[in-house]
Amino acid sequence: MTAIKPLPMRDALLSRILERMDAQSDIFFVTADFGSPVIDLIRERHPDRFINVGIAEQNLINVSAGLALEGYSVFAYAIAPFITMRCFEQIRVNLCLLSQVRKMNVNLIGVGAGYSYVVSGPTHQCYEDISIMRSLPAIEVLSASDHRMSARLLDRCSGVGIRYLRLDAQVLDVLGNDADYDFSGGFRSLHGGQADVALIATGYMCHTAMKLVARLGDLGISASVDDMFNLSCFNKGALIDRVKSARLIVSMEEGFVGRGGLDSVVQALLRDYRISTRYIPIGVAPGYSFELGTRHELHDNVGIGESACLESILSALAN
Amino acid sequence: MRNDLIFLREKANWVWRRTLELHREAPEIRIASSLSAVEIFSVLYYGGILTHFSHKPLHPDRDRLIVSKGHGSICMYPILADLGFFPMGELHRVCRRGSFLGGIPDPVIPGYETVNGSLGHGLGVATGIALGCAHAKRDCAVFVVCGDGELQEGANWEAIMFASHHRLDGLNLIVDDNAISMLGRTAEIVNHGDLSKRLNAFGWDVTVVDGHNTQELLGVFFEMKARHKGQPKAIIAKTIKGHRVPGLENAPLSHIMSVKPDLIDELLRKL
Repeated sequence: MTAIKPLPMRDALLSRILERMDAQSDIFFVTADFGSPVIDLIRERHPDRFINVGIAEQNLINVSAGLALEGYSVFAYAIAPFITMRCFEQIRVNLCLLSQVRKMNVNLIGVGAGYSYVVSGPTHQCYEDISIMRSLPAIEVLSASDHRMSARLLDRCSGVGIRYLRLDAQVLDVLGNDADYDFSGGFRSLHGGQADVALIATGYMCHTAMKLVARLGDLGISASVDDMFNLSCFNKGALIDRVKSARLIVSMEEGFVGRGGLDSVVQALLRDYRISTRYIPIGVAPGYSFELGTRHELHDNVGIGESACLESILSALAN
Repeated sequence: MRNDLIFLREKANWVWRRTLELHREAPEIRIASSLSAVEIFSVLYYGGILTHFSHKPLHPDRDRLIVSKGHGSICMYPILADLGFFPMGELHRVCRRGSFLGGIPDPVIPGYETVNGSLGHGLGVATGIALGCAHAKRDCAVFVVCGDGELQEGANWEAIMFASHHRLDGLNLIVDDNAISMLGRTAEIVNHGDLSKRLNAFGWDVTVVDGHNTQELLGVFFEMKARHKGQPKAIIAKTIKGHRVPGLENAPLSHIMSVKPDLIDELLRKL
């Protein structure tokens, strides 16, 4: 079997959006002056439904809201920290609040999850978006781990609703078998069945989790990996069945730990199902850093590199 | 025409009285900024400017009115009730449990399109609406009513630049320029200078009008709605905050001042 060539997540998703725009005349694509090769095709093929609001994220959301009120499906596109934080109140008031009363379909696409803008520093990196978006009740938060999943996120974007699609800016290896999971379940099992350690990860950290499987295996410890791509809506019972007999449950995210991200989702799940298994959250130690290096080196600095994760897991198993 | 103008003035007087009565029912309502906009909303609705459908408020052929200065639009409640958007009896339940008429209007009220009150949102959303209507070739106008203090919110200027770039001539901005925000005169807080020149420099077609003169407003609104010259349009309506209420009128802190029930009764008896 030939390995699938990985693609940028954004182009995988945008290609599908372009196909949909070719077939449907009720879709607008709005960007805050942020591009990609596929964006060039969208603006060439659909100049009347491609809008660049300029470097103006507040207006990106407001214009998208207005278009949605007129019955259009809207994709709003920008760099992840800017589309979630610069215009947070516009999202709250004109998308989340308003969509409780008026029918709207707006899909926010944020590129640059976690440390994926490696050398750009904390302004362009994004460790808060999952928790910030999760704090809003009317928005579905989706986080892709490879380009094939990124493309499938479009399946969640039909019909009424507000969604945040969180994409990595780097090209990441393809994980798992695309046909092997029910997308509506909100998570996919990437490795293992009943195991000593149950790793529940999202986005880039799914890749780290897969590497940990081998490292733990070398030590005679089995591990399972589940990829949480829908942090708002997932099959809780099925995920519990996957992790309940492990000795240790671990959440792994490329975002601040203890601030309402994936760890908060997993903690609530374990509490609701009265699972008393030992649990540890792995995430970025809260704080900002201006240090430079590769993504792996940056991860090492903040406690989410492969070795740091292994150490945390072994220490939890030993105690 | 003369009869129409008398009718408009009488309606505006009635709206002014009913707005004060609403304040007596619920003193927490921001009265001063609603009184500066009485003639603006009265002329939009009773002057035949806005195409509206009271029994189907979201009718696709309606003109879209986005009330960005939400808290300063309580004077719209009696108008909407009078036109049949909801029963007149609702006015007596304002701000009470079970009522949809709050201190700041929301789209749960028939006749309101968007979430209002958090300032600086309306114009941007209206810009998206105007773009959508233009794309769909809908024959409808989009009106936005905002305050002059509200224009201190930067998001407005993103929308102002966008609207002129896209030549959205279906978009009509009405600025209720009462010159006072919460803590004083806007000219002393962050001075707009000549707002007309500023908007003009951003590519907008601007008209300045006496915002309490119903005859002038009627003419200007009609002309504005009909004009399509590839430019978004703005009307700066010069108004007086707390209009016609002694002690409140033009007081720098009028935004947060209430009118005592005795004074309301006296004013309603006199006028």
